[in-house]
This record gives sequence, C-alpha cells and structure tokens, in this order.
Amino acid sequence: MALKGRDIISIKDLSRDEIEEILKVAHRMIPIAEGSKIDRRLDGTILALAFLEPSTRTRLSFDTAAQRLGGRTITIADPTTSSVAKGETLSDTVRMLSGYADALVLRHPNEGAARLAGQMSDKPVINAGDGAGQHPTQTLTDLATIQEAHGTLSGLRVVLLGDLKYGRTVHSLAHALALFGAEITLVSPPSLKLPDEVTEHLDQMGARVHEEEQLHRALRDADVLYVTRIQKERFGDETEYAKVAGSYRIDSAILSGAKQRLIVMHPLPRLGEIAPEVDASPHAAYFRQAFLGVPVRMGLLSLVMTGKGT
Amino acid sequence: MAAPRELKITPIRNGTVIDHIGNGLSLEVLRIIGVGDLDKDSTVSVALHVRSQKMGWKDIVKVENMELSPRKVNAIALIAPTATISIIRDYKVREKRPVDLPEHIVGVARCPNPNCITNRGEPVESEFEVARRRPVVLRCVYCERQMDDFLAHLI
Repeated sequence: MALKGRDIISIKDLSRDEIEEILKVAHRMIPIAEGSKIDRRLDGTILALAFLEPSTRTRLSFDTAAQRLGGRTITIADPTTSSVAKGETLSDTVRMLSGYADALVLRHPNEGAARLAGQMSDKPVINAGDGAGQHPTQTLTDLATIQEAHGTLSGLRVVLLGDLKYGRTVHSLAHALALFGAEITLVSPPSLKLPDEVTEHLDQMGARVHEEEQLHRALRDADVLYVTRIQKERFGDETEYAKVAGSYRIDSAILSGAKQRLIVMHPLPRLGEIAPEVDASPHAAYFRQAFLGVPVRMGLLSLVMTGKGT
Repeated sequence: MAAPRELKITPIRNGTVIDHIGNGLSLEVLRIIGVGDLDKDSTVSVALHVRSQKMGWKDIVKVENMELSPRKVNAIALIAPTATISIIRDYKVREKRPVDLPEHIVGVARCPNPNCITNRGEPVESEFEVARRRPVVLRCVYCERQMDDFLAHLI
C-alpha cells in the first residue's frame, strides 16, 4: 500500500483498505503515545505545522505525534505574526515550507486550501481542517475510537446527533461509516438536517441511512452515539436555540434505555451537549477519542513520511 | 406545392454555426464567444425563437471567421448542453458535433463558494468535475461545493 509521500486531503481520497492500514498502525502506536514504549522512526525529520487559523488542540496533537516518534517540528501557530499577515499567498507560503520540511500539516480558514497546498508542495500535505471543508485526521480518530470500543467498524448501528448540516466532521464520518457498511440513523432539528448532496452521496454508496425524530427510539439498538455541537448562531432567536439544544442534551436518563455497549462520542470541545454526569459512565468515549487523536496522527505520519507501517 | 423557402440568416463562407441552443440562451452564448474580440469584418447572426422539430423552439448563432477554443466549447456545453457546433469552410459543413462536457472543466466558471480558496486571490484556476450529467451538476475540485447555476458564475 502506497501511502508514502501521499497528500491526505479528504477521507474520500482513502480506500477502505488504506483506512484499515492507518488504523492498524495507529493501534500499535498507542503504547508509544502513552510513553511506555520508545520508537524514534521519525528521527532526523522535520514536520511543518502551518496553522493559518488558530486550533490549539489539533496543532498540539500533531506536534506531540511527531515528537513522540523522534521527529522535530517547525510551526506557524499565529498567522498574524507571519508573512501571511503581510499578504503572502498560501501558494507561496506552502512552497517556502516545502523547501524547509519533509511534510506539511495545514490548517486554513478557506475550503479547498489543503488541495491547493498539495498541488503547490513537492512534499506530502496533511489537511488539518480547511474552513468548513475536510478534516480527515478527525474522521480517522473517530473511526479508531469506534473500532477500539467495538472491535470492528462493520455492521454497527451509529446515531449521528445534532447539527448535521454545518458539522463537517459528521459528513466525513458518514462517508467513512458507509464505506464500512454501518447503519446510520440521523437525529437533528429540521433546520439542521444533513444536506441533500451528502444524503445523495451516501445513497450512491449504497449506505443504509434513515432519519429518526425521537432520540430515545434511535438509541434503543445503537452501538455508537456521535454528538455534535449545536451552535447558537445557527438560530434566529434564542428561545428556539434553547429549546432545540435542550431536547438533544445527553444525560444519564436518556442513556438508561441504551445498550450496555453503546459509546458516546463528541469531537470536543462540548458546550453542554453532554451532561458531566455521563463522564463517569462506561458509555463515555469522548476523552478516549481525544487521546486517540495522537496515535492516529502518529500512524499517519509514519506511513506518509517513512512508508513504515508496523 | 413546396412551401416557399425563406432564408432567415444568410450562409457564411467560413466560421462556426452553433445550432440547437436552448430557447433564449443565445445571448449568453454570445457572451461566452466574446463577440467584442472578433475580426471587425466578421458578421455575427443570431436567430432567436426558431422552430425546431427536435426541440420545439431553439436559438442559433452564426459567427464568421472564427473557430471556438475548447474552453469556450466547454462553457457553451454548460449552459446549452443540447447545442451542436458546425465548422464551415468555403460554405460547406466540414465538421459537425454536439457539445460534449468533459470530466474536468478548468477556468470556465467561478466556484459559488465565496470561501473557496480559488476565490481568494491565489494563482490558481477554478476547476470542476462533473458530479452528475442529467441535469448537469459540477463539483469544485478544491472545496467540493456543488453547482448547477452556471449562468451566474461564468468567468
């Protein structure tokens, strides 16, 4: 499998086999990410972290991933203090960085930025989020969390809850789940439904997707509940927002009817979508999900920068 | 008795005839061709609302002394997918073909997403792939936004 030197721009660029390979390597990275095992396979390499839009969490997880494997990083963490602030084009920034580093990680406020960067750079580019576009390492992390909890990605029943319209993580995750034959149930306010083009795409993939109005009904047979943030600015008036946000709040009561093995996921940060009382329950997987972001990125960096899997 | 033949547009010696344009779309086709750039001695004829056996009503554009670039043909294919293009040399039709939308369309239309990187002053041309053919829907290669409203976004 040739992931070495490849750009990782969208989860759609990866085949099912390639995703499985990344997850397999990511799993072996867990003891290294925890610090209980040493592996310096990225020794002598430099990874450029170009965060042209602030995102501390994603930046630190890439930085940690590279350093755990012995690699070094150079960083643009604040675009206001770099040449970008002087009006340099992304194309020029990327060409410059690709002369310095062995691979680039890019976060950018504009959709399509990572695809363009991939064309401009002669080193591999990994998309760490482009505007409302793609964020493939988040999706890979989500998949790693599900696979770790359930031992498989196939044949699972997954509920996607909340803002399914604007939440980019949900669109990429739905695509990946469809690739693995999961059954997807959508629960969202009418104004925040999955966009038609995403639904059509899932249909074309032959995915099993249905909508459900009642969360407790959707949860009855579910293996995974994926919760997203519902943002206040998506609603015209505050009362409507409060009503919707309240009806999708996850607490012990709503989870009491769920399967024992149900896991609750959230890309974090959460704003009250999940009650703190859920944190201590065996259902809570969101902190594990946040941790797994590091071994997943380690696995990806290893495959892309060295071609080395296990 | 045969109906008297009425010549609505005079034949051209050399040039291009774009026929079977959807009713009312010929002015957009003219915009794509860029008639302002033509040889000053060239005649441009436009027939609007012409009866057609196949289409009911259609428009026709004839342009003297010009052959269309592939980019212009692609743009016409987007807004007038039923059009046919005939190349005329010495009053004879030397080549006739329907417009054909390629899989990738470069530099013909702007991405409708204002936040797309192709709309932010980068040295890059817009590029779309065909997401669906009937009716035509394009997908931006960069931001993946889909588009079916081509008239508003032609470059």
